[in-house]
Amino acid sequence: MTDFDVAIIGAGPAGMAAAVEARSRGLSVLVVDENAAPGGQVFRAAEAAAQDPAVGPAIAPGLPLVAAFRGSGATYRPATTLWHLDADEGALSLAAHGRAEDVTASRVILATGAQERPVPIPGWTLPGVMTAGAAQILLKTAGVVPSGAVVLAGQGPLVWLLAVQLARAGVASLVLETRTTSLAAALARAGGGVWAGRRLLAKGLALMAGARRRGVRVVTGIRGPRAEGEGRVQRVAWEGGSAPCDTLLLHEGVIPSTHVSRAIGLEHEWDATQACWRPVADAFGGSSHPRIAVAGDGAGIGGWEAAVAAGRLAALDAARRLGALAEDAFAARTATLLAVRAAALSPRGFLDALYAPPAAVLAPADDVIACRCEEVTAGAVRRAARLGATGPNQLKAYLRCGMGPCQGRLCAPTVAALIAEARGLAPGEVAPLRPRAPYKPVTVGMLAGGAETLQQGGK
Amino acid sequence: MFRTRPDARPATVEVLVEGTPVLVPEGASAAVAVLLAGLSAIREMPVTGSPRGPLCLMGVCFDCLAEIDGVPNRQACMVPVAPGMRIARQRGAREARP
Ligand code: FES
Repeated sequence: MTDFDVAIIGAGPAGMAAAVEARSRGLSVLVVDENAAPGGQVFRAAEAAAQDPAVGPAIAPGLPLVAAFRGSGATYRPATTLWHLDADEGALSLAAHGRAEDVTASRVILATGAQERPVPIPGWTLPGVMTAGAAQILLKTAGVVPSGAVVLAGQGPLVWLLAVQLARAGVASLVLETRTTSLAAALARAGGGVWAGRRLLAKGLALMAGARRRGVRVVTGIRGPRAEGEGRVQRVAWEGGSAPCDTLLLHEGVIPSTHVSRAIGLEHEWDATQACWRPVADAFGGSSHPRIAVAGDGAGIGGWEAAVAAGRLAALDAARRLGALAEDAFAARTATLLAVRAAALSPRGFLDALYAPPAAVLAPADDVIACRCEEVTAGAVRRAARLGATGPNQLKAYLRCGMGPCQGRLCAPTVAALIAEARGLAPGEVAPLRPRAPYKPVTVGMLAGGAETLQQGGK
Repeated sequence: MFRTRPDARPATVEVLVEGTPVLVPEGASAAVAVLLAGLSAIREMPVTGSPRGPLCLMGVCFDCLAEIDGVPNRQACMVPVAPGMRIARQRGAREARP
């Protein structure tokens, strides 16, 4: 007997949708999420931010899902960290409010979402340099905006969305767009998906026009951005230009958060279009482990609408596997959802081609810091790779990359790309970092407390 | 170099950043409180002592490690503020305390 039929890791679009669907099939559901409120990144703090005119319009589409999730009857554990997952046993080790706790589940759905791709440029460790996502979090969780000279450098839909949101909040930013792929080239590479995704594309173009109309200044096609300053960022410079800067917000797209899926040893594949690893999964999110499903951006970047469909598909698959849904009902329910997801994914090819990250972002120049925790430069990584470090796991012994507090969350993609380059391999040929538990730091006291409750027969 | 927007989200929670009272909106994290206190750096790196501020605010980079209510090495961006919370910057590596 397990504590729950389904445990879902993450309360973003995929996790919330999976919880609602699984509950409607009569399954008992646990949802674990590190944040204080449901929504994930895209709908972060949705309930609190809905009335804020800066972010309200972007958050509104998520409110019905948040409400359905709140009313679903799922056991929701916010502000809770999963620090170990035993996939074979279905045992989850959680930490919340200074206490450790173990629960079990028959099926586990990883809906861990996305993180921003690291943007290692010269000076990116200076205080005042943040990600575009961080600025959105400031807005959504607290209505806070950067003051002084604000510069957005990078590319992708989020850059334009953020520029508009900041402008609505009274902050006129400077956008330095790093995009080098032309619309025509992206169209040619993407082929057929464009017509199906026209709604999203129209939205994108409207955002860009809206940003300019609201006084956002734009420099397109910039190369070699770098942050400069004494003790904090004071200037941003690029090939042929510079500007004063108090807050520099970087963005080169998002990649799946694979920390947990990696740590439990799921099979992953290299996605050459999105230049990232993703867990191998079937149409319903079933992974290489019989107990584990993956859903949403954590299984490959597709955006929130695709994530909602994927979450529901994974929940229906859980219901089928647990005997709560007959095969014919499963087939009928999933057919529509598969079509919805395919439609949501159709503009991806075009977006991925248009916003392909520059080579210097994937594998930066020698003097740039690649691993922020241990302050290791790209040059040092290249040298170690030439000396014999065949991958990130071996590199730990040379340079400690991946052993600092972030456990490789941030540096792993850069380190792997540098090793691949130095050893003349394709990115997918370098075995990625295998993170270890605890996935997040836990105190010895917490572990001792958890052991005590278990000894007393508690859960 | 950050400011609240009182009409959208009033600053109602008082916390102590390095001993100085700061008013921040409910829902903000301890890392945001540090930024609103006017400090750009939260920690000094154990390796070179260089200053660091938060990069991601979503739990990925660990550049926001701070001492919160006496507990060191906490991800300040993952800890929502509470009235009276004490947030202190962190210099260098932590020492294990008995
Ligand atoms: S700011 Fe990145 S983990 Fe807190």
